[in-house]
Amino acid sequence: MHHHPNLPAAGRKINRLCLLTLTLFFITTAEINAQTETDAIMMNKTQFCAGFVYGYSSWDHYWEGTLKRNNLNLGTVSAKSLAFMANYGITNKLNVMVSAPQIWTKASAGTLRGMEGLQDFSLHVKWKAHTLQTGKNKLSFFLVGGFSTPISNYVVDHLPLSIGLGTTNLTGRGIVDYFRNHFFATASAAFVYRSNVTIDRTSYYDTELHSSQEIKMPHVANYLFRTGYRGKYLIAEAMIGNNTTLGGFDMTRNNMPFPSNRMNATQVGLGIKYTLPVHTNLSFLAGASHTIAGRNMGQATSYNGGIFYAFYFRKQPGKNDNNLSNQP
Amino acid sequence: MNNNKFLLTTGAIALAVTSIFYSCSKDINDRTSNLPALNPASTDANAGTWKPVLLQSSSEITVAAPAPTTTPDYIAQLNEIKATQAELTDEEKRIVKYWGAGGILRWNEILRELVAKHNLPPYQNDDGTYPFPSANNPLAYPLFPFSNPPYAARAYAYVSAAQYDALVAAWHYKYLYNRPAPDKVDESINRLIPGSDLPSYPSEDAVIAGAATEMLKLLFPGDQDFIQAMAEEHKKSRIIAGANVRSELEAGEALGKAVAQKFVARARGDYAGAAAGNAASWKKLEDDCIARGEEPWYSLELPKRPPMLPGFGRVKPFLFDSLTVIAIRPGPPPSVTSAKMQEEVKEVNKFITKPTREQTRIVHYWADGVGTYTPPGHWDAIAAEDFIKKDFSEVRWARNMALINMALMDAAIVCWDTKYFYFNPRPTQLDPSIKTLTGIPNFPAYISGHSTFSGAAATILGHIIPERAKAYSDMAAEASISRVYGGIHYRSDCAVGLTTGNKVGEYAIQRARTDGAE
Repeated sequence: MHHHPNLPAAGRKINRLCLLTLTLFFITTAEINAQTETDAIMMNKTQFCAGFVYGYSSWDHYWEGTLKRNNLNLGTVSAKSLAFMANYGITNKLNVMVSAPQIWTKASAGTLRGMEGLQDFSLHVKWKAHTLQTGKNKLSFFLVGGFSTPISNYVVDHLPLSIGLGTTNLTGRGIVDYFRNHFFATASAAFVYRSNVTIDRTSYYDTELHSSQEIKMPHVANYLFRTGYRGKYLIAEAMIGNNTTLGGFDMTRNNMPFPSNRMNATQVGLGIKYTLPVHTNLSFLAGASHTIAGRNMGQATSYNGGIFYAFYFRKQPGKNDNNLSNQP
Repeated sequence: MNNNKFLLTTGAIALAVTSIFYSCSKDINDRTSNLPALNPASTDANAGTWKPVLLQSSSEITVAAPAPTTTPDYIAQLNEIKATQAELTDEEKRIVKYWGAGGILRWNEILRELVAKHNLPPYQNDDGTYPFPSANNPLAYPLFPFSNPPYAARAYAYVSAAQYDALVAAWHYKYLYNRPAPDKVDESINRLIPGSDLPSYPSEDAVIAGAATEMLKLLFPGDQDFIQAMAEEHKKSRIIAGANVRSELEAGEALGKAVAQKFVARARGDYAGAAAGNAASWKKLEDDCIARGEEPWYSLELPKRPPMLPGFGRVKPFLFDSLTVIAIRPGPPPSVTSAKMQEEVKEVNKFITKPTREQTRIVHYWADGVGTYTPPGHWDAIAAEDFIKKDFSEVRWARNMALINMALMDAAIVCWDTKYFYFNPRPTQLDPSIKTLTGIPNFPAYISGHSTFSGAAATILGHIIPERAKAYSDMAAEASISRVYGGIHYRSDCAVGLTTGNKVGEYAIQRARTDGAE
């Protein structure tokens, strides 16, 4: 069921890199680096790994609509995050992963107080649907379904210092992965259905006045391409990604951002993931990304680092107990 | 075991998916977008005798007698209704439904929308100074107006008062001429909204639209295309609904405009145009404060922005004279060096260090800052949503909105007079570690504008709807304390602001008791 020629010799246990980071669809940060729900790596059956990822993201310029500007009354807006993440192999071809971050935001100038709190719980189920192989070339297809929802009653309507946008999201993603001799290229596209959100005030103006606490939130499309080296212990990759909000409106001149703005961003990034050869339960990740184009978003530069620990719950005779599965 | 987990997981996801699709229709629930048609409990037949605000009498502006309903001209106008009604489009039905909820309500909403759209502080020049919007060039950046709270309060007051006076005049002529509604003349006219025995000439709806458009030429000169389109739609709704013939609309619009011109003339001479001041007057405020031995207010914006409308305290009020503004002005705030002030700063710092979620909600519920319809607009919204339940006639709607908005404008005048008389710093100026939960307005602290507005509005609203007086006063208290929770006011700013606002509200009650409507 789970044999392929790239598997290393039996008898060694290496956890699969269950590395996730956050995707924050708002003006403070936007990272696209190393999310397992967007990559082609699968955990083996009954493997469980969990860990923490720390992220720091900041910007001092942003796009007010399409106009790039700074804001002396904000200075540098930053967000720190510490996320718990876990990944479990239901089967070799079906993984489930969860995450929940705590976030702290801050503006270096001006008088506005930053905010902090638990943001959204997310759960993704990834299914390795099909694999095609010709010689050393391997093509794999994945489908991912995701769900996320706020786990605290955080303030949505205080951008750019809100810790999140408060939507409950349903995500559907398709992934295609090409692999040959440790080289890989992964492309994926996702549609994120976003629920409306409720804010603390009873009226707001977007392009017209609404007598409502409810904001109609546009949906989002996400595209990712990543490529690089995927070895037994090391993965090193470069990526480019784009979030496009399917609707929404532009901030007007010198206005504050609003949750239903058309928030778009294109980012490039680098990431590595490393599993300790001498103790394969432990793995680390580090990454950085930078926003190269955007709309109603901060031009964020983001860094993250994480540590994960793998647990092996089951060892059945006759099953391959090699757990290194960086290769698809 | 694993299968169970899988089932649980997929079950949870399926449940979540289902609940989202069931509970989250993407259409938002707007509180006033789907209202029933206004069906006044009373026609207020004596409203032609109510006391106007500016008009000497309800007959000051002449409205010519309408043609008899037997003339070919009138019959032709009935035929216009019939032809329009022969085949109604969805858009025509939407127009009837929207405007049928009430003209005063809808124009108040339109005004709130314009205020929210324009409530944006101009971006600075390259040299760190700030440009000022120009009424003569409203579409050039910075767009005119910057409808900050005093500007907005004045706009709401002028539009409401002009509509009220125009409707008092309209009621006079309605009962002078007693022209019946089109469906009473010709039974084949299908009236799509509730009717009454209120005489139809001149059309009260056209009076409302005419007064609004004329007033808004002055207040929002850059939005004329939108405003005129709304006025056309409003008038058209009456023909589609079979509620007015064209001549009633024409007479009403002319009356509304003529009355509004009196208000425009007043507005041009009410000193608001000079309220922005100049570099010399801003410096004088600072120097005078230092001369009194106090620490003057400084802008906390970067670059420092000139204070917002320091001369607004000299604007001519509606409910009392300018000497009363000075008489109402409260005594000084605690000296910045006093123990009392240090204690108040400490209290603010405590609130912003660990705000509860409920306190933060209250801050944002009442913030009404940049990009919103301002605190006066918020009180208009509170009033309007309660008036909807009251089935007021249009003239009573207008009278009540005028009372509230004159109180709100006069509250702005008294508050701004006080702010610039004392020129007291914000908490963050005295303690830079105070980071605020909402933006710090760019004017002195004492007394709190939100508190003054809320005190005034709650007082007159409690008179208009006595059974809600306690609720309004609780709301005002919450709006007031929200500014301490948010870190932008000391408690004394808010407490004194609230009582000062109450005093302004009492003047509105005095007028209400004597205007002939009670």
